[in-house]
Amino acid sequence: MYTELLANIAILVLAGFVGFAVISKVPNTLHTPLMSGTNAIHGIVVLGALVVLGHLPGDAPWSIKIILFVALVFGTLNVVGGFVVTDRMLAMFKPKKDVVKASAESKGADAR
Amino acid sequence: MSYLVTILYIVAFAMFIYGLMGLTGPKTAVRGNYIAAAGMAIAVIAVLIDIRDTENWGLIVGGLAVGVILGVPPALKTKMTAMPQLVALFNGVGGGTVALIAWAEFLDSNGFTTVDDVPSVPFIVGSLFAAIIGSVSFWGSLVAFSKLQELLNKNFEKKVVASAKLFQLANIVLAVAAIAIAIYIGLQADPANAPTPAIWIVALLVVAGLMGLFVVLPIGGADMPVVISLLNALTGLSAAAAGLALNNQAMIVAGMIVGASGSILTNLMAKAMNRSIPAIVFGSFGGDGGSGGVVSASGGTVKATSAADAAIQMAYANQVIVVPGYGLAVAQAQHAVKEMAELLEQRGVEVKYAIHPVAGRMPGHMNVLLAEADVAYDAMKEMDDINGEFSRTDVTIVIGANDVTNPAARLDSSSPIYGMPILNVDQSKSVIVLKRSMSSGYAGIDNPLFTADQTSMLFGDAKKMVGEVTEELKVL
Repeated sequence: MYTELLANIAILVLAGFVGFAVISKVPNTLHTPLMSGTNAIHGIVVLGALVVLGHLPGDAPWSIKIILFVALVFGTLNVVGGFVVTDRMLAMFKPKKDVVKASAESKGADAR
Repeated sequence: MSYLVTILYIVAFAMFIYGLMGLTGPKTAVRGNYIAAAGMAIAVIAVLIDIRDTENWGLIVGGLAVGVILGVPPALKTKMTAMPQLVALFNGVGGGTVALIAWAEFLDSNGFTTVDDVPSVPFIVGSLFAAIIGSVSFWGSLVAFSKLQELLNKNFEKKVVASAKLFQLANIVLAVAAIAIAIYIGLQADPANAPTPAIWIVALLVVAGLMGLFVVLPIGGADMPVVISLLNALTGLSAAAAGLALNNQAMIVAGMIVGASGSILTNLMAKAMNRSIPAIVFGSFGGDGGSGGVVSASGGTVKATSAADAAIQMAYANQVIVVPGYGLAVAQAQHAVKEMAELLEQRGVEVKYAIHPVAGRMPGHMNVLLAEADVAYDAMKEMDDINGEFSRTDVTIVIGANDVTNPAARLDSSSPIYGMPILNVDQSKSVIVLKRSMSSGYAGIDNPLFTADQTSMLFGDAKKMVGEVTEELKVL
Protein backbone atom coordinates (compact mmCIF):
# COMPACT_ATOMS: atom_id res chain seq x y z
CA MET A 1 0.00 0.00 0.00
CA TYR A 2 3.03 2.25 0.13
CA THR A 3 4.08 1.67 -3.51
CA GLU A 4 2.87 5.12 -4.57
CA LEU A 5 4.84 6.78 -1.78
CA LEU A 6 7.98 4.80 -2.60
CA ALA A 7 7.68 5.71 -6.28
CA ASN A 8 7.33 9.37 -5.29
CA ILE A 9 10.36 9.17 -3.00
CA ALA A 10 12.36 7.62 -5.87
CA ILE A 11 11.32 10.58 -8.05
CA LEU A 12 12.29 12.95 -5.24
CA VAL A 13 15.78 11.49 -4.88
CA LEU A 14 16.43 11.41 -8.62
CA ALA A 15 15.18 14.98 -9.01
CA GLY A 16 17.63 16.02 -6.29
CA PHE A 17 20.53 14.57 -8.24
CA VAL A 18 19.31 16.16 -11.47
CA GLY A 19 19.26 19.49 -9.64
CA PHE A 20 22.86 19.03 -8.50
CA ALA A 21 24.04 17.87 -11.93
CA VAL A 22 22.38 20.66 -13.89
CA ILE A 23 23.56 23.47 -11.66
CA SER A 24 27.10 22.53 -10.70
CA LYS A 25 28.74 24.46 -13.52
CA VAL A 26 27.39 27.98 -13.83
CA PRO A 27 29.46 31.13 -14.42
CA ASN A 28 29.18 33.69 -11.58
CA THR A 29 27.64 36.09 -14.06
CA LEU A 30 24.51 34.00 -14.25
CA HIS A 31 24.06 33.38 -10.53
CA THR A 32 21.49 36.12 -10.03
CA PRO A 33 19.33 35.22 -13.06
CA LEU A 34 19.66 31.56 -12.10
CA MET A 35 18.50 32.23 -8.55
CA SER A 36 15.61 34.19 -9.98
CA GLY A 37 14.85 31.39 -12.46
CA THR A 38 14.77 28.67 -9.79
CA ASN A 39 12.69 31.06 -7.72
CA ALA A 40 10.14 31.15 -10.56
CA ILE A 41 10.20 27.35 -10.92
CA HIS A 42 9.29 26.75 -7.28
CA GLY A 43 6.22 28.78 -8.15
CA ILE A 44 4.99 25.28 -9.01
CA VAL A 45 3.37 25.53 -5.57
CA VAL A 46 0.54 27.26 -7.41
CA LEU A 47 -0.42 23.76 -8.58
CA GLY A 48 -0.94 22.72 -4.98
CA ALA A 49 -3.27 25.66 -4.37
CA LEU A 50 -5.19 24.85 -7.57
CA VAL A 51 -5.52 21.12 -6.79
CA VAL A 52 -6.71 21.65 -3.23
CA LEU A 53 -9.07 24.50 -4.13
CA GLY A 54 -10.32 22.52 -7.14
CA HIS A 55 -11.20 19.46 -5.08
CA LEU A 56 -12.83 21.51 -2.32
CA PRO A 57 -16.63 21.13 -2.28
CA GLY A 58 -18.53 24.32 -3.14
CA ASP A 59 -20.20 24.36 0.28
CA ALA A 60 -16.92 24.24 2.21
CA PRO A 61 -16.46 26.83 4.98
CA TRP A 62 -15.42 30.28 3.80
CA SER A 63 -12.43 30.30 6.13
CA ILE A 64 -10.83 27.48 4.09
CA LYS A 65 -11.81 29.11 0.81
CA ILE A 66 -10.23 32.43 1.82
CA ILE A 67 -7.00 30.76 2.94
CA LEU A 68 -6.75 28.87 -0.35
CA PHE A 69 -7.64 31.97 -2.37
CA VAL A 70 -4.76 33.85 -0.75
CA ALA A 71 -2.52 30.82 -1.36
CA LEU A 72 -3.49 30.87 -5.03
CA VAL A 73 -2.77 34.61 -5.32
CA PHE A 74 0.63 34.14 -3.62
CA GLY A 75 1.51 31.20 -5.85
CA THR A 76 0.54 33.08 -9.01
CA LEU A 77 2.61 36.06 -7.85
CA ASN A 78 5.60 33.77 -7.40
CA VAL A 79 5.28 32.27 -10.90
CA VAL A 80 4.48 35.40 -12.89
CA GLY A 81 6.83 37.71 -11.00
CA GLY A 82 9.63 35.15 -11.05
CA PHE A 83 9.62 34.56 -14.79
CA VAL A 84 9.18 38.23 -15.72
CA VAL A 85 12.04 39.32 -13.44
CA THR A 86 14.31 36.59 -14.79
CA ASP A 87 13.53 37.62 -18.35
CA ARG A 88 14.35 41.25 -17.57
CA MET A 89 17.70 40.25 -16.06
CA LEU A 90 18.54 38.03 -19.01
CA ALA A 91 17.54 40.64 -21.57
CA MET A 92 20.72 42.45 -20.58
CA PHE A 93 22.90 39.62 -21.79
CA LYS A 94 21.50 39.74 -25.31
CA PRO A 95 24.10 40.91 -27.81
CA LYS A 96 23.52 44.54 -28.78
CA LYS A 97 26.68 45.06 -30.82
CA ASP A 98 25.24 47.48 -33.38
CA VAL A 99 23.94 49.78 -30.66
CA VAL A 100 27.29 49.79 -28.88
CA LYS A 101 29.17 50.62 -32.07
CA ALA A 102 26.86 53.48 -32.96
CA SER A 103 27.02 55.03 -29.49
CA ALA A 104 30.80 54.64 -29.34
CA GLU A 105 31.12 56.50 -32.65
CA SER A 106 28.88 59.35 -31.58
CA LYS A 107 30.72 59.67 -28.27
CA GLY A 108 34.05 59.66 -30.11
CA ALA A 109 32.79 62.55 -32.22
CA ASP A 110 31.78 64.46 -29.10
CA ALA A 111 35.21 64.02 -27.62
CA ARG A 112 36.81 65.20 -30.87
CA MET B 1 -8.23 11.99 -18.61
CA SER B 2 -6.01 11.44 -15.58
CA TYR B 3 -3.43 9.87 -17.91
CA LEU B 4 -3.41 13.04 -19.99
CA VAL B 5 -2.83 15.07 -16.82
CA THR B 6 0.10 12.87 -15.79
CA ILE B 7 1.62 13.00 -19.28
CA LEU B 8 1.34 16.80 -19.29
CA TYR B 9 3.06 16.87 -15.87
CA ILE B 10 5.92 14.81 -17.30
CA VAL B 11 6.22 17.17 -20.26
CA ALA B 12 6.17 20.11 -17.83
CA PHE B 13 8.94 18.90 -15.55
CA ALA B 14 11.06 17.80 -18.51
CA MET B 15 10.79 21.39 -19.73
CA PHE B 16 11.78 22.71 -16.28
CA ILE B 17 14.95 20.63 -16.36
CA TYR B 18 15.76 21.55 -19.97
CA GLY B 19 15.04 25.21 -19.27
CA LEU B 20 17.25 25.16 -16.20
CA MET B 21 20.08 23.64 -18.25
CA GLY B 22 19.67 26.57 -20.62
CA LEU B 23 19.86 29.05 -17.74
CA THR B 24 23.40 27.90 -16.94
CA GLY B 25 24.90 29.34 -20.17
CA PRO B 26 24.89 32.98 -21.28
CA LYS B 27 23.81 32.18 -24.84
CA THR B 28 20.96 29.81 -24.02
CA ALA B 29 19.70 31.53 -20.87
CA VAL B 30 16.91 33.62 -22.39
CA ARG B 31 15.51 30.62 -24.26
CA GLY B 32 15.90 28.46 -21.13
CA ASN B 33 13.73 30.85 -19.16
CA TYR B 34 11.03 30.78 -21.89
CA ILE B 35 11.09 26.98 -21.92
CA ALA B 36 10.69 26.80 -18.14
CA ALA B 37 7.85 29.33 -18.30
CA ALA B 38 6.14 27.32 -21.05
CA GLY B 39 6.53 24.22 -18.85
CA MET B 40 4.81 26.11 -16.05
CA ALA B 41 1.94 27.06 -18.36
CA ILE B 42 1.53 23.40 -19.37
CA ALA B 43 1.54 22.31 -15.72
CA VAL B 44 -1.18 24.86 -14.88
CA ILE B 45 -3.28 23.76 -17.89
CA ALA B 46 -2.86 20.14 -16.79
CA VAL B 47 -4.10 20.87 -13.30
CA LEU B 48 -7.03 22.89 -14.65
CA ILE B 49 -8.01 19.85 -16.77
CA ASP B 50 -7.69 17.71 -13.65
CA ILE B 51 -10.05 19.89 -11.62
CA ARG B 52 -12.44 20.78 -14.48
CA ASP B 53 -15.49 19.64 -12.46
CA THR B 54 -14.70 21.95 -9.57
CA GLU B 55 -17.38 24.04 -7.90
CA ASN B 56 -14.93 26.86 -7.22
CA TRP B 57 -14.21 28.19 -10.75
CA GLY B 58 -14.97 31.73 -9.64
CA LEU B 59 -12.33 31.67 -6.90
CA ILE B 60 -9.78 29.96 -9.15
CA VAL B 61 -10.09 32.37 -12.07
CA GLY B 62 -10.23 35.27 -9.62
CA GLY B 63 -7.12 34.11 -7.75
CA LEU B 64 -5.10 33.66 -10.92
CA ALA B 65 -6.21 37.07 -12.21
CA VAL B 66 -5.41 38.88 -8.96
CA GLY B 67 -1.98 37.21 -8.84
CA VAL B 68 -1.17 38.34 -12.38
CA ILE B 69 -2.46 41.87 -11.81
CA LEU B 70 -0.45 42.25 -8.58
CA GLY B 71 2.67 40.49 -9.86
CA VAL B 72 3.39 41.83 -13.33
CA PRO B 73 3.62 45.61 -12.75
CA PRO B 74 6.28 45.49 -9.98
CA ALA B 75 8.20 42.81 -11.89
CA LEU B 76 8.28 45.05 -14.98
CA LYS B 77 8.88 48.39 -13.28
CA THR B 78 11.23 47.73 -10.38
CA LYS B 79 14.71 49.14 -10.91
CA MET B 80 17.56 46.69 -11.45
CA THR B 81 19.15 47.85 -8.19
CA ALA B 82 16.11 46.67 -6.24
CA MET B 83 16.07 43.23 -7.83
CA PRO B 84 17.51 41.37 -4.80
CA GLN B 85 14.63 42.39 -2.55
CA LEU B 86 12.09 41.67 -5.28
CA VAL B 87 13.44 38.13 -5.66
CA ALA B 88 13.28 37.76 -1.87
CA LEU B 89 9.65 38.90 -1.92
CA PHE B 90 8.57 36.53 -4.72
CA ASN B 91 10.40 33.73 -2.94
CA GLY B 92 8.58 34.54 0.29
CA VAL B 93 5.08 34.39 -1.22
CA GLY B 94 5.97 30.96 -2.65
CA GLY B 95 6.75 29.73 0.86
CA GLY B 96 3.57 31.41 2.06
CA THR B 97 1.54 29.47 -0.50
CA VAL B 98 2.82 26.16 0.87
CA ALA B 99 2.13 27.13 4.48
CA LEU B 100 -1.41 28.31 3.62
CA ILE B 101 -2.17 25.08 1.72
CA ALA B 102 -1.12 23.05 4.79
CA TRP B 103 -3.34 25.26 6.97
CA ALA B 104 -6.35 24.75 4.66
CA GLU B 105 -5.72 20.99 4.50
CA PHE B 106 -5.67 20.83 8.28
CA LEU B 107 -9.00 22.65 8.56
CA ASP B 108 -10.57 20.66 5.74
CA SER B 109 -9.70 17.32 7.35
CA ASN B 110 -10.54 18.34 10.94
CA GLY B 111 -6.90 18.25 11.99
CA PHE B 112 -5.98 15.37 9.65
CA THR B 113 -8.45 13.07 11.46
CA THR B 114 -10.61 12.56 8.34
CA VAL B 115 -8.03 12.19 5.56
CA ASP B 116 -9.41 10.43 2.46
CA ASP B 117 -6.02 9.25 1.18
CA VAL B 118 -4.89 5.80 2.23
CA PRO B 119 -2.20 5.57 3.51
CA SER B 120 -2.54 8.95 5.17
CA VAL B 121 0.98 9.10 6.67
CA PRO B 122 2.77 10.79 3.72
CA PHE B 123 -0.08 13.30 3.45
CA ILE B 124 0.13 14.25 7.12
CA VAL B 125 3.93 14.23 7.44
CA GLY B 126 4.37 16.05 4.13
CA SER B 127 1.81 18.71 5.07
CA LEU B 128 3.32 19.32 8.51
CA PHE B 129 6.85 19.56 7.07
CA ALA B 130 5.58 21.94 4.37
CA ALA B 131 3.80 24.04 7.00
CA ILE B 132 6.98 24.53 9.05
CA ILE B 133 9.40 25.18 6.18
CA GLY B 134 6.91 27.28 4.22
CA SER B 135 6.25 29.53 7.20
CA VAL B 136 9.98 29.91 7.97
CA SER B 137 10.62 30.83 4.34
CA PHE B 138 7.73 33.32 4.17
CA TRP B 139 8.63 35.31 7.29
CA GLY B 140 12.37 34.97 6.72
CA SER B 141 12.01 36.35 3.20
CA LEU B 142 9.90 39.25 4.45
CA VAL B 143 12.68 40.19 6.87
CA ALA B 144 15.29 39.89 4.08
CA PHE B 145 13.07 42.12 1.93
CA SER B 146 12.68 44.80 4.60
CA LYS B 147 16.39 44.74 5.38
CA LEU B 148 17.39 45.21 1.74
CA GLN B 149 14.67 47.81 1.17
CA GLU B 150 16.03 49.50 4.30
CA LEU B 151 12.62 49.61 5.96
CA LEU B 152 14.05 48.63 9.34
CA ASN B 153 15.22 51.23 11.80
CA LYS B 154 19.05 51.26 11.75
CA ASN B 155 19.36 51.46 15.54
CA PHE B 156 16.91 48.60 15.99
CA GLU B 157 18.89 46.57 13.46
CA LYS B 158 22.15 47.25 15.28
CA LYS B 159 20.67 46.17 18.59
CA VAL B 160 19.34 42.97 17.04
CA VAL B 161 22.67 42.14 15.44
CA ALA B 162 24.43 42.77 18.75
CA SER B 163 22.15 40.36 20.60
CA ALA B 164 22.46 37.59 18.01
CA LYS B 165 23.26 35.02 20.69
CA LEU B 166 19.89 35.63 22.34
CA PHE B 167 18.10 35.01 19.06
CA GLN B 168 19.97 31.77 18.53
CA LEU B 169 18.86 30.56 21.94
CA ALA B 170 15.27 31.51 21.12
CA ASN B 171 15.56 29.69 17.80
CA ILE B 172 16.57 26.43 19.48
CA VAL B 173 13.54 26.71 21.77
CA LEU B 174 11.28 27.54 18.81
CA ALA B 175 12.63 24.65 16.72
CA VAL B 176 11.97 22.20 19.55
CA ALA B 177 8.49 23.67 20.06
CA ALA B 178 7.66 23.43 16.33
CA ILE B 179 8.73 19.78 16.16
CA ALA B 180 6.79 18.99 19.36
CA ILE B 181 3.60 20.61 18.01
CA ALA B 182 3.99 18.79 14.69
CA ILE B 183 4.43 15.44 16.48
CA TYR B 184 1.38 16.14 18.66
CA ILE B 185 -0.75 16.95 15.60
CA GLY B 186 0.57 13.83 13.87
CA LEU B 187 -0.26 11.59 16.83
CA GLN B 188 -3.76 13.07 17.14
CA ALA B 189 -4.42 12.42 13.44
CA ASP B 190 -6.33 9.19 13.97
CA PRO B 191 -9.87 8.75 12.64
CA ALA B 192 -10.85 7.42 16.08
CA ASN B 193 -9.89 10.72 17.74
CA ALA B 194 -11.95 13.87 18.05
CA PRO B 195 -11.00 16.63 15.58
CA THR B 196 -7.80 18.47 16.59
CA PRO B 197 -8.62 22.16 17.32
CA ALA B 198 -7.46 24.61 14.66
CA ILE B 199 -5.39 26.47 17.26
CA TRP B 200 -2.70 23.81 16.90
CA ILE B 201 -1.95 24.41 13.24
CA VAL B 202 -2.03 28.16 13.87
CA ALA B 203 0.43 27.64 16.74
CA LEU B 204 2.68 25.61 14.45
CA LEU B 205 2.64 28.31 11.75
CA VAL B 206 3.27 31.08 14.29
CA VAL B 207 6.16 29.26 15.97
CA ALA B 208 7.73 28.45 12.59
CA GLY B 209 7.15 32.02 11.44
CA LEU B 210 8.88 33.43 14.53
CA MET B 211 11.76 31.10 13.77
CA GLY B 212 11.97 32.56 10.25
CA LEU B 213 11.98 36.10 11.68
CA PHE B 214 14.56 35.33 14.35
CA VAL B 215 16.91 33.47 12.00
CA VAL B 216 17.16 36.30 9.47
CA LEU B 217 16.87 39.37 11.76
CA PRO B 218 20.31 39.12 13.41
CA ILE B 219 22.10 38.28 10.16
CA GLY B 220 23.84 41.41 8.99
CA GLY B 221 26.10 42.70 6.32
CA ALA B 222 27.66 40.72 3.58
CA ASP B 223 25.78 37.55 4.48
CA MET B 224 22.43 38.71 3.07
CA PRO B 225 22.93 37.23 -0.46
CA VAL B 226 23.60 33.84 1.06
CA VAL B 227 20.43 34.09 3.13
CA ILE B 228 18.22 34.83 0.11
CA SER B 229 19.70 31.85 -1.70
CA LEU B 230 19.16 29.66 1.37
CA LEU B 231 15.51 30.74 1.67
CA ASN B 232 15.06 30.04 -2.05
CA ALA B 233 16.29 26.47 -1.52
CA LEU B 234 14.01 26.10 1.51
CA THR B 235 10.94 27.14 -0.46
CA GLY B 236 11.88 24.54 -3.08
CA LEU B 237 12.06 21.85 -0.40
CA SER B 238 8.72 22.88 1.04
CA ALA B 239 7.21 22.67 -2.47
CA ALA B 240 8.61 19.13 -2.82
CA ALA B 241 7.14 18.17 0.58
CA ALA B 242 3.76 19.57 -0.47
CA GLY B 243 4.09 17.54 -3.69
CA LEU B 244 4.62 14.36 -1.66
CA ALA B 245 1.57 15.20 0.46
CA LEU B 246 -0.62 15.87 -2.59
CA ASN B 247 0.87 13.02 -4.67
CA ASN B 248 1.74 15.55 -7.39
CA GLN B 249 4.87 14.56 -9.33
CA ALA B 250 5.32 17.91 -11.06
CA MET B 251 5.58 19.59 -7.65
CA ILE B 252 7.97 16.94 -6.35
CA VAL B 253 10.37 17.28 -9.30
CA ALA B 254 10.27 21.07 -9.60
CA GLY B 255 10.50 21.60 -5.84
CA MET B 256 13.36 19.17 -5.38
CA ILE B 257 15.37 20.56 -8.30
CA VAL B 258 15.11 24.01 -6.79
CA GLY B 259 15.99 22.62 -3.36
CA ALA B 260 19.12 20.94 -4.75
CA SER B 261 20.26 23.78 -7.01
CA GLY B 262 19.53 26.38 -4.34
CA SER B 263 21.67 24.46 -1.86
CA ILE B 264 24.55 24.38 -4.32
CA LEU B 265 24.25 28.08 -5.07
CA THR B 266 24.15 28.84 -1.33
CA ASN B 267 27.23 26.74 -0.81
CA LEU B 268 29.11 28.43 -3.67
CA MET B 269 28.38 31.83 -2.21
CA ALA B 270 29.30 30.82 1.33
CA LYS B 271 32.57 29.35 0.01
CA ALA B 272 33.39 32.56 -1.81
CA MET B 273 33.28 34.29 1.57
CA ASN B 274 35.18 31.52 3.31
CA ARG B 275 32.25 31.00 5.63
CA SER B 276 30.13 27.97 6.32
CA ILE B 277 26.34 28.06 6.17
CA PRO B 278 25.97 27.11 9.87
CA ALA B 279 28.40 29.91 10.78
CA ILE B 280 26.27 32.41 8.88
CA VAL B 281 22.96 31.23 10.31
CA PHE B 282 24.13 30.59 13.86
CA GLY B 283 26.85 33.20 14.33
CA SER B 284 26.67 36.59 12.69
CA PHE B 285 29.84 38.67 12.90
CA GLY B 286 28.09 42.02 13.03
CA GLY B 287 28.68 42.30 16.78
CA ASP B 288 32.43 41.81 16.58
CA GLY B 289 32.80 44.20 13.64
CA GLY B 290 32.44 47.31 15.80
CA SER B 291 35.38 46.53 18.03
CA GLY B 292 37.57 45.57 15.06
CA GLY B 293 36.78 48.93 13.48
CA VAL B 294 37.79 50.95 16.51
CA VAL B 295 41.25 49.38 16.59
CA SER B 296 42.17 49.91 12.96
CA ALA B 297 40.59 53.35 12.69
CA SER B 298 43.33 54.72 14.98
CA GLY B 299 46.20 54.48 12.46
CA GLY B 300 46.87 56.02 9.06
CA THR B 301 45.65 59.07 7.25
CA VAL B 302 43.30 59.37 4.32
CA LYS B 303 44.38 61.17 1.13
CA ALA B 304 41.66 62.82 -0.90
CA THR B 305 42.06 63.44 -4.61
CA SER B 306 40.19 65.24 -7.37
CA ALA B 307 38.44 64.07 -10.52
CA ALA B 308 41.12 65.75 -12.66
CA ASP B 309 43.95 63.90 -10.89
CA ALA B 310 42.12 60.62 -11.18
CA ALA B 311 41.54 61.20 -14.90
CA ILE B 312 45.23 61.94 -15.53
CA GLN B 313 46.33 58.89 -13.56
CA MET B 314 44.09 56.61 -15.54
CA ALA B 315 44.68 58.19 -18.94
CA TYR B 316 48.40 57.42 -18.78
CA ALA B 317 48.06 53.93 -17.36
CA ASN B 318 48.60 50.75 -19.33
CA GLN B 319 45.89 48.87 -17.55
CA VAL B 320 42.98 49.97 -15.38
CA ILE B 321 40.89 47.57 -13.33
CA VAL B 322 37.42 48.65 -12.27
CA VAL B 323 36.14 47.10 -9.03
CA PRO B 324 32.39 47.67 -8.79
CA GLY B 325 30.38 47.29 -5.58
CA TYR B 326 27.03 48.06 -4.07
CA GLY B 327 27.71 51.81 -4.27
CA LEU B 328 27.71 51.50 -8.06
CA ALA B 329 24.31 49.84 -7.92
CA VAL B 330 22.85 52.46 -5.60
CA ALA B 331 24.13 55.35 -7.71
CA GLN B 332 23.08 53.63 -10.98
CA ALA B 333 26.58 54.44 -12.21
CA GLN B 334 26.96 51.52 -14.64
CA HIS B 335 26.37 53.61 -17.79
CA ALA B 336 28.72 56.34 -16.58
CA VAL B 337 31.40 53.74 -15.87
CA LYS B 338 30.98 52.24 -19.33
CA GLU B 339 31.35 55.69 -20.91
CA MET B 340 34.52 56.34 -18.92
CA ALA B 341 35.92 52.94 -19.91
CA GLU B 342 35.23 53.66 -23.59
CA LEU B 343 37.21 56.91 -23.42
CA LEU B 344 40.09 55.10 -21.75
CA GLU B 345 40.02 52.35 -24.35
CA GLN B 346 40.18 54.94 -27.14
CA ARG B 347 43.43 56.09 -25.55
CA GLY B 348 44.76 52.54 -25.66
CA VAL B 349 44.27 51.82 -21.97
CA GLU B 350 43.17 48.29 -21.26
CA VAL B 351 40.10 48.26 -18.99
CA LYS B 352 38.98 45.18 -17.08
CA TYR B 353 36.30 44.65 -14.48
CA ALA B 354 37.07 42.62 -11.35
CA ILE B 355 33.91 41.05 -9.98
CA HIS B 356 33.93 39.58 -6.50
CA PRO B 357 31.41 36.73 -6.19
CA VAL B 358 29.46 38.54 -3.48
CA ALA B 359 29.91 42.14 -4.57
CA GLY B 360 26.57 43.90 -4.23
CA ARG B 361 23.74 42.16 -2.51
CA MET B 362 23.46 39.03 -4.65
CA PRO B 363 25.91 36.86 -6.58
CA GLY B 364 26.18 38.18 -10.10
CA HIS B 365 24.53 41.47 -9.10
CA MET B 366 27.41 43.47 -10.62
CA ASN B 367 27.46 41.39 -13.80
CA VAL B 368 23.78 42.10 -14.38
CA LEU B 369 24.25 45.85 -13.89
CA LEU B 370 27.34 46.06 -16.11
CA ALA B 371 25.65 43.94 -18.77
CA GLU B 372 22.82 46.48 -18.71
CA ALA B 373 25.40 49.10 -19.71
CA ASP B 374 26.65 46.86 -22.55
CA VAL B 375 29.96 45.97 -20.92
CA ALA B 376 31.33 42.97 -22.83
CA TYR B 377 30.87 39.61 -21.16
CA ASP B 378 34.61 38.88 -21.61
CA ALA B 379 35.76 42.06 -19.87
CA MET B 380 34.15 40.96 -16.57
CA LYS B 381 36.72 38.87 -14.73
CA GLU B 382 36.01 36.61 -11.82
CA MET B 383 38.06 36.92 -8.64
CA ASP B 384 40.39 33.97 -9.22
CA ASP B 385 41.15 35.04 -12.79
CA ILE B 386 42.08 38.62 -11.99
CA ASN B 387 43.72 38.48 -8.57
CA GLY B 388 47.14 37.74 -10.12
CA GLU B 389 46.86 40.83 -12.30
CA PHE B 390 46.60 43.54 -9.65
CA SER B 391 50.36 43.63 -9.09
CA ARG B 392 50.79 44.36 -12.81
CA THR B 393 48.08 47.02 -12.87
CA ASP B 394 48.82 50.75 -12.78
CA VAL B 395 45.48 52.01 -11.51
CA THR B 396 42.64 50.20 -9.81
CA ILE B 397 39.47 52.20 -9.37
CA VAL B 398 37.15 50.92 -6.66
CA ILE B 399 33.59 52.17 -7.20
CA GLY B 400 31.38 51.75 -4.16
CA ALA B 401 32.93 48.46 -3.06
CA ASN B 402 34.36 48.04 0.42
CA ASP B 403 34.39 44.75 2.31
CA VAL B 404 35.36 42.68 -0.75
CA THR B 405 38.57 44.74 -1.12
CA ASN B 406 39.53 44.81 2.57
CA PRO B 407 43.13 43.56 2.93
CA ALA B 408 42.43 42.85 6.61
CA ALA B 409 40.82 39.64 5.37
CA ARG B 410 44.29 38.55 4.23
CA LEU B 411 46.56 40.21 6.78
CA ASP B 412 44.82 40.77 10.12
CA SER B 413 43.98 37.52 11.89
CA SER B 414 41.96 39.39 14.51
CA SER B 415 39.60 40.82 11.87
CA PRO B 416 36.10 39.33 11.80
CA ILE B 417 36.42 38.78 8.05
CA TYR B 418 39.90 37.21 8.29
CA GLY B 419 40.17 34.41 5.74
CA MET B 420 37.46 35.69 3.41
CA PRO B 421 38.79 35.68 -0.18
CA ILE B 422 39.09 39.26 -1.39
CA LEU B 423 40.17 41.11 -4.50
CA ASN B 424 43.84 41.97 -3.91
CA VAL B 425 43.30 45.60 -4.83
CA ASP B 426 46.00 46.74 -2.40
CA GLN B 427 48.67 45.09 -4.59
CA SER B 428 48.15 47.40 -7.57
CA LYS B 429 50.48 50.36 -8.04
CA SER B 430 47.85 52.92 -7.22
CA VAL B 431 44.28 52.72 -6.04
CA ILE B 432 41.50 55.25 -6.42
CA VAL B 433 38.57 54.61 -4.11
CA LEU B 434 35.31 56.27 -5.05
CA LYS B 435 33.10 56.55 -2.00
CA ARG B 436 30.39 58.75 -0.58
CA SER B 437 32.04 59.12 2.84
CA MET B 438 34.45 57.39 5.19
CA SER B 439 31.69 55.22 6.68
CA SER B 440 32.42 51.52 6.90
CA GLY B 441 30.91 48.89 4.61
CA TYR B 442 27.73 46.88 5.03
CA ALA B 443 29.57 44.46 7.33
CA GLY B 444 30.55 47.37 9.60
CA ILE B 445 34.30 46.72 9.46
CA ASP B 446 37.03 49.31 8.91
CA ASN B 447 39.08 49.03 5.73
CA PRO B 448 42.87 49.65 5.99
CA LEU B 449 42.97 49.92 2.19
CA PHE B 450 41.65 53.48 2.50
CA THR B 451 44.63 54.62 4.57
CA ALA B 452 47.29 52.78 2.53
CA ASP B 453 50.08 54.82 0.89
CA GLN B 454 49.09 54.06 -2.70
CA THR B 455 45.42 54.83 -2.11
CA SER B 456 43.69 58.12 -2.80
CA MET B 457 40.03 58.74 -2.05
CA LEU B 458 37.56 60.41 -4.38
CA PHE B 459 34.57 61.37 -2.26
CA GLY B 460 31.12 61.77 -3.77
CA ASP B 461 28.21 60.02 -5.43
CA ALA B 462 29.57 57.28 -7.72
CA LYS B 463 27.63 58.39 -10.82
CA LYS B 464 28.45 62.07 -10.38
CA MET B 465 32.15 61.49 -9.74
CA VAL B 466 32.57 59.03 -12.61
CA GLY B 467 30.84 61.61 -14.81
CA GLU B 468 33.32 64.29 -13.68
CA VAL B 469 36.26 61.98 -14.36
CA THR B 470 34.82 61.34 -17.82
CA GLU B 471 34.57 65.08 -18.51
CA GLU B 472 38.21 65.51 -17.45
CA LEU B 473 39.24 62.65 -19.74
CA LYS B 474 37.51 64.35 -22.67
CA VAL B 475 39.52 67.56 -22.29
CA LEU B 476 42.88 65.88 -21.68
